[in-house]
Amino acid sequence: MSVEKQIWVWADYRNYFQSRVTLQILARASVLAEKTNATVCAVVFGDQVDAYVKEYIAHGAQKVYVTDDPFLKTYNVASYAFLLTALVRRFAPETLLIGATRFGQEIAPRVAKQLETGLTADCIDLDIDENGQLVQKAPSFGGNLVAKIITPDTRPQMATIRPGTFQELPHDDEAKGEVIPVPLPDTMPSPRVRCLKSELHPARARKIETADIVITGGRGMGSKGKFRKLFDLADLLHAEVGATRPVVYADWVSSEALVGQAGKHIRPKVLFSFGVSGAIQHTAALADARFIVAVNKNPNATMMKLADVAMVADANQVCSGIIRALKQRIRD
Amino acid sequence: MLHIIVCIKQVPMVSELPWDAKTGTLKRETAQGMMDPSARRALEAALQIKAGMGKNQASITAVSMGPPMAEEILYEAKALGADQGVLLTDPRMAGADTCMTAFILGKFITDHCPDAGLILCGAMSSDSETAQVGPQLAEELDIPAIGYARRLELVHDCIRVERHVDDFMELMEMDLPGLVTIDHADESDLYTPRYVPLGGVEAAFNAGDIRIMDGTALGLNKDFNALTSSPTKIIDVYSPVTRKENRVLTGAVKKMVDTLFDDYGKIISSAMGKDLKTHDHEGDV
Ligand SMILES: Cc1cc2nc3c(=O)[nH]c(=O)nc-3n(C[C@H](O)[C@H](O)[C@H](O)COP(=O)(O)OP(=O)(O)OC[C@H]3O[C@@H](n4cnc5c(N)ncnc54)[C@H](O)[C@@H]3O)c2cc1C
Ligand SMILES: Nc1ncnc2c1ncn2[C@@H]1O[C@H](COP(=O)(O)O)[C@@H](O)[C@H]1O
Repeated sequence: MSVEKQIWVWADYRNYFQSRVTLQILARASVLAEKTNATVCAVVFGDQVDAYVKEYIAHGAQKVYVTDDPFLKTYNVASYAFLLTALVRRFAPETLLIGATRFGQEIAPRVAKQLETGLTADCIDLDIDENGQLVQKAPSFGGNLVAKIITPDTRPQMATIRPGTFQELPHDDEAKGEVIPVPLPDTMPSPRVRCLKSELHPARARKIETADIVITGGRGMGSKGKFRKLFDLADLLHAEVGATRPVVYADWVSSEALVGQAGKHIRPKVLFSFGVSGAIQHTAALADARFIVAVNKNPNATMMKLADVAMVADANQVCSGIIRALKQRIRD
Repeated sequence: MLHIIVCIKQVPMVSELPWDAKTGTLKRETAQGMMDPSARRALEAALQIKAGMGKNQASITAVSMGPPMAEEILYEAKALGADQGVLLTDPRMAGADTCMTAFILGKFITDHCPDAGLILCGAMSSDSETAQVGPQLAEELDIPAIGYARRLELVHDCIRVERHVDDFMELMEMDLPGLVTIDHADESDLYTPRYVPLGGVEAAFNAGDIRIMDGTALGLNKDFNALTSSPTKIIDVYSPVTRKENRVLTGAVKKMVDTLFDDYGKIISSAMGKDLKTHDHEGDV
């Protein structure tokens, strides 16, 4: 019998209620596993994490490696990285996927370095090539292009994935999974970083991620003053306002509004996009927008090609025009 | 005396490099370089720590690995108040991935700055945004590290760090030597970088002593090559394709807006959860 191939997903449950990234990656891992005849495994570290183990099984994990120990109660990058590295050495998974939460972005490079393997940050898609290798698709060259990256010689193949990139599978209570307890190793080093305080402080205004209508503005809005008009439109449409990175950098709006790889993923029913060129780092977060209206002076802008309705015009004029039209058309 | 090392990277001034649609290549040569904004915040943090200590109690070394032109940002770092600038440059370092970058920076710190107490990096560079170099450098040096700091405070021989990660506000502490990465997207303006004083870069330029080290000076193996040591390989690069049937509207704004509402008003009104008058000719307006 040949050795079982495994795809591992490191379970980042601390943010369970804010970010379902682990469930989303498990869903994608299931697709990849099908193509390579591999087993989908979740890896959970913590203290009394039973409920999470069950949750991961219900969302596609066929096996769950669990180290459950009071020592692991607080998230500690160095300890978790040590443990994850030790487990990878012992069980030799083909692939290790980690959610690109901030904690995930800290632990992944450390594990990759210890294992001397490659790591692709912020993949927008994952696939399998004809040799069964993991193809990691990540934006490159300033967002104009997507690079397909492989890790030919070292294992595991590692990638981080931003929350919102994949859709989780429905919860399946009937799903069965094998739980493999792994005791804390004796060699566990004592933590060199002491956590004095850790309090939940949910970020404000997460509404843009779930809003049915989102209005995004880019550099083409022209100025901070003109950008504000998008908020008037948002009031009428019951919409949330998002922005591209140059707009955030120019301080026309707070960084909470950033839409894209480095910001929020959105999935509105209707997206209005004003003066946005459509760089991949921005559009990667729009894949789930159902109906897109784009306004741009340049008909060849990528954002215009992505749109259902592309209006070749000045963004400010169209914004004012829509405000005027809505005032006439909304029935109270 | 506290020796602070700040790792700074040169990045292109614009995020979207000019791209030649005909030849399908990037016009990299036209891109101007600047100091990575996140590393700039790290330098600001170092300058503030130094200012908070007594005279001659702290010294700052700015180090960068990059092409010869990256020397500019080191002059800038000196103009801002760094005591030393060091450029690690060698064709054999080109194409380094984050592991190799961490290896090279680590080699410099271990062999040439044995007294390093605090190592600061940006959390995430503006051009590659991997956020990997800091954590991997900590692994390389085998020292404790804390990422995404928004405030630092020296308390005797240890450093206290406040950070906001994944909706958790945390206060952490570690002994020195240690590595801290400075949050690039923090809204408080504690480490908003200062401006270079008028004539400052010129003055630093005239003082002219950026230390340049190649692979040999750094003590790298003869057969070291960063590019071939990278475990990941790019197999293809493509332009993301578009799928939609798209309708292009041109002409007078009023007419376009009316077309939008007349033809697609139902979609918009259902997303709004409000009723819209969608067809002018139905006599609604
Ligand atoms: C690692 C990395 C991560 C990144 N992450 C993100 C991210 O998360 N989110 C993000 O948004 N960006 C991100 N970026 C930046 C991204 O590559 C683009 O630079 C950015 O999205 C472009 O913003 P923009 O469309 O507003 O500006 P531009 O590209 O400058 O486009 C402006 C557009 O407005 C149009 N225009 C100008 N004037 C008018 C007018 N009067 N009326 C109508 N249209 C007009 C122009 O034709 C143009 O298409 C990232 C970049 C990198 C390198
Ligand atoms: N070539 C380099 N030279 C010096 N410091 C670097 C280099 N590359 C990355 N860094 C440091 O690592 C941080 C994070 O970079 P990155 O991992 O590319 O997102 C930067 O802000 C720098 O502080």
